[in-house]
Amino acid sequence: MNVPNGAIAATSIPTRRRLPRLGFAGWMGAALVVFWLAMALFGSFLAPHGVGEILDADAFEPMSRQYPLGTDYLSRDILSRILAGTRQTVGIALVATFLAALGGSVLGLAAAVVGGWFDAGLSRFLDALVSIPSKMFGLLLVAAFGSSLPALTLTLAVIYLPGCYRIVRAVSVNVATLDFVLVARARGEGTFYIVRHEVLPNIVGPMLTDFGLRFVYVLLLLSSLSFLGLGVQPPDADWGSLVRENISGLAYGAPAVLMPALAIASLSIGVNLLFDGLFGSRLQRKGGS
Amino acid sequence: MTALLEVEHLRVAARGADGRTIEIVKDVSFSVDRGEVVALIGESGSGKTTIALSAMGYARAGCRIVGGRITLGDSEVTALDETDLADLRGRRVAYIAQSAAAAFNPSRTIMAQVIESALIHKLMTREAAEAKALALFKALALPDPDQIGQRYPHQVSGGQLQRLLAAMALITDPELVIFDEPTTALDVTTQIEVLKAFKSVIRERGTTGLYVSHDLAVVAQVADRIIVLRDGAVQEVGPTGRLITAPVSDYTRSLVAAAEPSVRPITPAPKSPVPLLEVTGLVAGYGRTQRDGKPLLPILDDIGLRIQRGTSLGVIGESGCGKSTLARVIAGLQPLAAGSIRLDGRPLAPTVGKRSREDLRRIQIVFQMADTALNPSGTVAGILGRPVAFYHGLAGPAVRRRVLQLLDLVKLPATVADRRPTELSGGQKQRINLARALAAEPDLILCDEVTSALDPVVAAAIVDLLVDLRRELGVSYMFISHDLKTVRALCDEVMVLYAGRKIEAGSRDALATPPHHPYFSLLANSVPALRTGWLDLADAQQALPGDAARFPFGQRTGCRFYGRCVQRIDGLCDREMPTLRHTVSGSELACHRSDDELGALSL
Repeated sequence: MNVPNGAIAATSIPTRRRLPRLGFAGWMGAALVVFWLAMALFGSFLAPHGVGEILDADAFEPMSRQYPLGTDYLSRDILSRILAGTRQTVGIALVATFLAALGGSVLGLAAAVVGGWFDAGLSRFLDALVSIPSKMFGLLLVAAFGSSLPALTLTLAVIYLPGCYRIVRAVSVNVATLDFVLVARARGEGTFYIVRHEVLPNIVGPMLTDFGLRFVYVLLLLSSLSFLGLGVQPPDADWGSLVRENISGLAYGAPAVLMPALAIASLSIGVNLLFDGLFGSRLQRKGGS
Repeated sequence: MTALLEVEHLRVAARGADGRTIEIVKDVSFSVDRGEVVALIGESGSGKTTIALSAMGYARAGCRIVGGRITLGDSEVTALDETDLADLRGRRVAYIAQSAAAAFNPSRTIMAQVIESALIHKLMTREAAEAKALALFKALALPDPDQIGQRYPHQVSGGQLQRLLAAMALITDPELVIFDEPTTALDVTTQIEVLKAFKSVIRERGTTGLYVSHDLAVVAQVADRIIVLRDGAVQEVGPTGRLITAPVSDYTRSLVAAAEPSVRPITPAPKSPVPLLEVTGLVAGYGRTQRDGKPLLPILDDIGLRIQRGTSLGVIGESGCGKSTLARVIAGLQPLAAGSIRLDGRPLAPTVGKRSREDLRRIQIVFQMADTALNPSGTVAGILGRPVAFYHGLAGPAVRRRVLQLLDLVKLPATVADRRPTELSGGQKQRINLARALAAEPDLILCDEVTSALDPVVAAAIVDLLVDLRRELGVSYMFISHDLKTVRALCDEVMVLYAGRKIEAGSRDALATPPHHPYFSLLANSVPALRTGWLDLADAQQALPGDAARFPFGQRTGCRFYGRCVQRIDGLCDREMPTLRHTVSGSELACHRSDDELGALSL
């Protein structure tokens, strides 16, 4: 029996939506995410040098006033290159995650509400995709379709779509068996109405949490593909390819190799902290009561 | 007599979802003498469980004991630290929870769990504890007491598990036992077995008990004194006999009234030749169709019923007997394997997808749990507005006007319209649930246990509302319930289901007189009456110990009640399935025994 909770819920006055309570770690994450999003949008205006501009400097120079993050193996300004790479990395990862989430959600919702053979067939097919190791699958797709930006984005989206499908389907199946969905069915509502008005509003929370997590996965896979030389191609650069280009600077302790790696780490940690702060505490409260 | 438990000026506070602190128990004082059973009664939210738990020095997550003194014998519970409390709990105070299924660990044997607290407190050796557990199993009238300890919790029935939970509590000979709604989740036929076992154990051992319940009739059987609670404060205290016969406070009076619902007059059914709803030979179930044209596991077998316009049919039976399946099949949510459903003489398509919108509009279904039947992310106006727009094509301000009308119809204020379901109380949610069905302006409403999850006073108000709506709108009901009292109070016709078969049916008056099917007699005699001593007089052996939760749905020959029937005829009842026949009282009955044999025994 859940007596006191029910009593409180019945008597409390409806509260307006306020700023979510994030906690210190959550706000740190939010700051990191906002910072990198701003850099992706406006970074190119802040860059002191051109992306491909070979400067009158040594390779792998340390940090200095002239070159705040040093120079790379071809004597290019690494700060400018990271800022340019931000747009590539964040942009590709965002679009790919968005496509994966969109595709996964549409298919997951459809499978949960339609059920039957459609659900079984789709689930087995996507399970088969999940069973292929993601990096191998990525290498295969890039080898087959080349590494243009659209191909790369689609590859990442296809790799992470089944995971998103699984989550959305699992959550929707739970909602779809609740009585209010049954009432809507008995009323004669169509599948689209049931998905849009009865199921979707009740699974937005888990969907957003999944989006955050999946963005981190995509970011890491994109960076590894680029590190292997199969991602973003020169003269463009993203964070993964920047690490690869400058790997020989490791011997000199050059910031050229450390800084892009740091960028990857800080963005993925930032996204994790933000989504933990947004939804983690709510999930804990649910589990505890 | 000396007081064992003394509670003085107890106050418990809870922290609400918005961070405010709310006092949920307000200055409650009472005492329990040695050998006495005191009942705490009240509706959900009255603080009865919170008070009972505080006797162990325990407050649930989010709650805190903020004032008052609780003493148990010579120790002051409210002053003990965690170590001393751990020593107290399970040894001196034991707790019997509502849901035995959730209280047992499914991966360990029953015996290991029953004797656990005796071993933890190092009170006796394992052998001594097992011997004692065995004695308790016998005292609690458990079947096969020597072997039952070796089984796992899922291998015994719900009623047995509840009695095993009592054995677990009593193994340490606690000074005080807290019974927290131990029979609420059980069917009446199981409840009576459990209550009898509890009562005899309490009597034999002179147990001191604190019995928490919302059911006055149950409490009247076991408690010496009753404390009536509301909103965390004591309303009335008195000995059981006095309190139920001459209640003083208004609230107690409403509780007593709700426990014995007044019988509403039967609606004179318009004798039209074509009933509103007619179901014939309905078969529905799971699995492939067999050679006899029925599915492998027929959940509903050869069901026929008629509902006249403006009347109500009650469908009654234990949980799992197929009542809800019947409502779903009629609503078109579950396919049928054979038979027909006719609305105004016209055959209805079997599934929702094939029915016209007009047919769908005329039959509406209302589910038991208002919590899950209302979309938590919608507002009341949205929930009620959708069927208005969907069936009647209204739009804009017309929808809003209709929503306010509907709220008025179910006696809710217009301010509720912009709230979300989670902000409403259980009774309010159930009214919204009903209003949504009414929005379609249906001819027939299928009510699936709509009052079962509600407190008695709230449930009585919902029944009153249903009666008013029938009078005002001329709507018919199929009222599904496991509660015979409510069905008798509301319905003109009653149908009894057992394991998916109709075993008795007739008008309310016809069912008030014998002959009765042995199962109906069992059901009727198991409903606790609101008087002391009812339990002692209730027949000891009305049914053979059977497992009500495992109905023989797959059984294709013989009477399905055979396994539990005290009047069975071996060689006949287990071979031939009885067919429905008319009795002298005008009811329909499916039993091989003659009217005289059945009538004589159920008197």
